[in-house]
Amino acid sequence: MGVGIEVTNLNAWYGANHALQDINLNIPANHATALIGPSGCGKSTFVRCLNRMHETIPGARATGTVRIGDLDIYKDIKPVEIRRRVGMVFQRPNPFPTMSIYDNVAAGLKLNGYSNRHVLDEIVERSLKNSALWDEVKDNLKKESGASLSGGQQQRMCIARALAVDPEVLLMDEPASALDPVSTSKIEDLIFQLKAQYTIVIVTHNMQQAARVAEKTGFFLNGRMVEFDSTDKIFTNPSDKRTEDYITGRFG
Amino acid sequence: MNVSVQEIRLSKLKFQTEPAQQNGENHLEAVSAEAAQIRAYLLSRGNSAIADRGFRWLMVLCALSIFGIVVLIATELVVRSRLAWALFGLDFFYKVFIDTYTHKPIYWDPVNGHFSALPFLYGTLVSSFLALLLAVPLAIGVAVFLTEMCPQMLRAPLAFITELLAAIPSVIYGFWAVIVLVPLLRDHLNPWLIKGFGWTGFFGDDNPTGLGFLAAGIILAIMILPIISSLTREVMTAVPQSQREAVLALGATRWEMIRVGVLRNARIGIVGAIILGLGRALGETMAVTMVIGNSPEIQRSLLANGSTMSAVIANEFAEASGDLHLSALMELGLALFIVTIIVNAFARLMVWAVTRGTPSSIH
Repeated sequence: MGVGIEVTNLNAWYGANHALQDINLNIPANHATALIGPSGCGKSTFVRCLNRMHETIPGARATGTVRIGDLDIYKDIKPVEIRRRVGMVFQRPNPFPTMSIYDNVAAGLKLNGYSNRHVLDEIVERSLKNSALWDEVKDNLKKESGASLSGGQQQRMCIARALAVDPEVLLMDEPASALDPVSTSKIEDLIFQLKAQYTIVIVTHNMQQAARVAEKTGFFLNGRMVEFDSTDKIFTNPSDKRTEDYITGRFG
Repeated sequence: MNVSVQEIRLSKLKFQTEPAQQNGENHLEAVSAEAAQIRAYLLSRGNSAIADRGFRWLMVLCALSIFGIVVLIATELVVRSRLAWALFGLDFFYKVFIDTYTHKPIYWDPVNGHFSALPFLYGTLVSSFLALLLAVPLAIGVAVFLTEMCPQMLRAPLAFITELLAAIPSVIYGFWAVIVLVPLLRDHLNPWLIKGFGWTGFFGDDNPTGLGFLAAGIILAIMILPIISSLTREVMTAVPQSQREAVLALGATRWEMIRVGVLRNARIGIVGAIILGLGRALGETMAVTMVIGNSPEIQRSLLANGSTMSAVIANEFAEASGDLHLSALMELGLALFIVTIIVNAFARLMVWAVTRGTPSSIH
């Protein structure tokens, strides 16, 4: 089951560039939360702070408190451990090209020392079913390379790969922006189903997408969070003028 | 109409348009006159078709010359080794003359006309593979450190220094090996190896000079280190950052990230780099000649003297005892030529398979 995320006074830098400034928000458990905003507003940086991927970039650092469930992820736990609890799906599908579909999905488990074949088979099947890819690949699981799938299939495989380690939170950084409309709608359906079991944070450029999949939406601008509210409220009656300008297409 | 280039400079155009702006018609006329001049100038230049064709043929000639040189070398080797080829045929590469009195093999005795490539094939293979055994782990370690762990500031200088190793002339390596490495082996490493591992038969105590396969292997390892590590670095750099992130996001440690996200993806290119190192080791002459001992024998012990194909050519070519001797050396050269070309082509293909289409800059 998913857990909630509590962010207090989060600041992030790339070298001297202050990319995130005093972010405070509460992301509810077992819901999908969308983050919208123009390019370069810090929304990707924000999700990368939630699994401490941000600090893997040379010169990048972050301060503040992020509590995921009961854990302060910048204090109580090593980055390697938090990334096992917080799965991530990237903008471009990034399958491991030298591995079969099966090995791609099982990669996280194998890294963490699982070797029991029955357990692995079961988890791979369940993850692929959860990511709505099972029927398309079940006959070629071990024969085909993960890179031989189409872009949309690759992305669903990457979702399966993230789900296989049974995370509490699933971060998605523009998961559909490199995909065609059919694949995009499949991914959206998937997010809709997955949010019953996981806490999902999805960064998106596409406001319709945010409206379709998320209960809560946050609007980022220039490294600050302008508004965070229920999706309905953000898109129908935003309290901040800048949010209204953005969703009505006056800029961004 | 001919117009010199100075007249159509942009600065002058700008200068002239400013006063003309007060009068709209004047300004337009001035501009159209300028444009006509420019157009006339451009049209007067012709299409340079002949110069273009000439340039093209010149470049084709340059490109073909490389190919021509290779073909010339190959034919020369074939022609000059005909005598040995006619006399020994393929026997040259696997048959050995056994002395009727001592019952010991005589591999190479130019004075009495016994020629066999075997000891040189053996020497080349043993010294080269010994070099790979020593150089590959070190080179991959260097490449992993430089691409994944090294602080940004140290990365460029360290990479530069590793690649400088490749620029040192091989005779300098040989010189260093003779005055530093060989005494070191003779006085310290060899006695220790004989004592500890003598029972394997690979470290016999019958050669007190310190020269031999091991010395050649070590110096070759140092010489091929830069080529393997710089190519490995190149293919590792070509692995997209997204692969590293994918592994990290699954909760991988740094080492797991390097193993699964980088080395696994780059493995074909790394194998190519290793084979390219092998190609260099197979053909290396000078340093090896100086430390391998130059005796045409096949011995199990790595501490024994031996010789390689390139070493025997370098040593004996100038004072070959006759046409057959010369021809036999040529045949050795031809064999070496073919092997190194195939090894290198194969290796380049593998490296290319990994790095094609990716920028080779350091992220």
